[in-house]
Amino acid sequence: MFEPFFLFALAAGIGLSLVAGPLGCFIVWRRLAYFGDTLSHAALLGVAMGLLLNVNITLAVFVVSACVSVSLLFLQSRVGLSSDAILGLLSHSALALGLVVLSLMVWVRTDVMGLLFGDILSVNRTDLVLIWVGGAVLVGLLYWIWSPLFAGTVSRDLADAEGMAPDRAQFVFMMLMACVIAMAIKIVGVLLITALLIIPPATARRFSSGPEAMAVAAALIGAVSVVTGLFGSLIWDTPSGPSIVVAAACLFLFGQIVASVKSKLSA
Amino acid sequence: MSLPDITAPRVVDAAPLIALAAAGYRSGDRWLVEGVDLTVAPGEIVTLIGPNGSGKSTTARMALGLLKPSSGMAKQRSGLVVGYVPQKLTIDWTVPLSVERFMHLTGRLDADALDKALEATGALALKKAQVGHLSGGEFQRVMLARAIARKPDLLVLDEPVQGVDLAGEIALYDLIQRLREEMGCGVLLISHDLHVVMAATDRVICLNGHVCCSGTPGAVVSTPAYQSLFGSRAQETLAVYQHHHDHTHLPDGSIAHGEHDHAGHDHNGDPKAARLNESSTPRV
Repeated sequence: MFEPFFLFALAAGIGLSLVAGPLGCFIVWRRLAYFGDTLSHAALLGVAMGLLLNVNITLAVFVVSACVSVSLLFLQSRVGLSSDAILGLLSHSALALGLVVLSLMVWVRTDVMGLLFGDILSVNRTDLVLIWVGGAVLVGLLYWIWSPLFAGTVSRDLADAEGMAPDRAQFVFMMLMACVIAMAIKIVGVLLITALLIIPPATARRFSSGPEAMAVAAALIGAVSVVTGLFGSLIWDTPSGPSIVVAAACLFLFGQIVASVKSKLSA
Repeated sequence: MSLPDITAPRVVDAAPLIALAAAGYRSGDRWLVEGVDLTVAPGEIVTLIGPNGSGKSTTARMALGLLKPSSGMAKQRSGLVVGYVPQKLTIDWTVPLSVERFMHLTGRLDADALDKALEATGALALKKAQVGHLSGGEFQRVMLARAIARKPDLLVLDEPVQGVDLAGEIALYDLIQRLREEMGCGVLLISHDLHVVMAATDRVICLNGHVCCSGTPGAVVSTPAYQSLFGSRAQETLAVYQHHHDHTHLPDGSIAHGEHDHAGHDHNGDPKAARLNESSTPRV
């Protein structure tokens, strides 16, 4: 019925959104939207380094993203600057460095559009295994740190005073973020992974009464965005990555309208 | 745990739950508080009072291990179960959080203990409410319920009755006293009031960048004037703390020269110079 590449794309996108949804909830709750941007900018540097050193791109992106995360934690405790200023510093430095490194490699013709939006239709069997096995590990780790991470999100002091080790949970969370960015770069690209991390949780917020419910809802909404986006791109022959994000944004709008109508009816 | 005899003078025989020894904390080149000696033993209520910016919360945060003292030392008994009510806690509206889920924040509670704690603070009706929709006083009751539901060895309450009306304040103070008697937990209480403290307080410590004075509170005088001010129930619950300072503070918080006996603690140089230079580095 469908070409295998389309089914592969569906499976990859759904797998990724099941991880991105719950992680994205913490991005929204902790007001870290700019952290996602910073990591995706760092990912561009990761791609450049991977090409330069001829190592696996996913691995290179993970290493660079993890370094940027650790730098953020380090600078937060040492430099008298606010978090958003440090994120701006890291974000722009990493992006600029990535572009400089790419321009130095005259033998590499990089498709910048490809890096920005990825190519979900070129996912192969190995990618699929990486996404589903890696994704299962990431969700498992998130489940493991869920309580201290959530307690630390509500109040770092409270969690710390009552022995929850919130800083360790935050460190693990940042490593998970670096992993998911590295995995996602090929699928939705550098810029659009941020959208997949933020839009489904934002949609889920109005329909959730608890944090766990919001995480599950965000995962499902992300998966629905992937399916509708991909079918939309098939029907109207539009680029697949951006189509997924457009679908996610449409679901958000639709959700807002439904929630408003519902609250008007019950009032 | 055995019930401490509250009628007899409290004899503290157990090892302290927390201890600060000559502890001080410096932010940038400004000492927020220094030279604090403080212990809280099981079944003991210690109240910290002092004006704004006098280092009450900083002292509590050092005692909790949230801040590492810049001088002196802080010790906690190992395996200590803490129930903490911070001074300020804003729940971001993007976090969907019911009172019930909030109660489980730092550890699972059984349903019975959860209901009992909410009932004790008069917040059981709020169980299904979203935390973001609560008033200030309601949220304080929920935070206190969460802290006591953990059956802590030590309760650290940073202005736990802020935003609660006077009748509610007396009821919550009664509750804290009852908890101390029933569970034998130690209580470190930060009071927002400079003069009126819980009657059950064993020790009052008045801070203003250092320990100004400490002692036991006296009972609220049972004159009609006090009764009309605090209500007749207040007599048993509230007490007046008489300050016995051996020095006075200038308007900037520094100590007037020549009036203060420095034998008890060390200011590491001229206290006035240290305090006048208040350019602290903002922390991220």
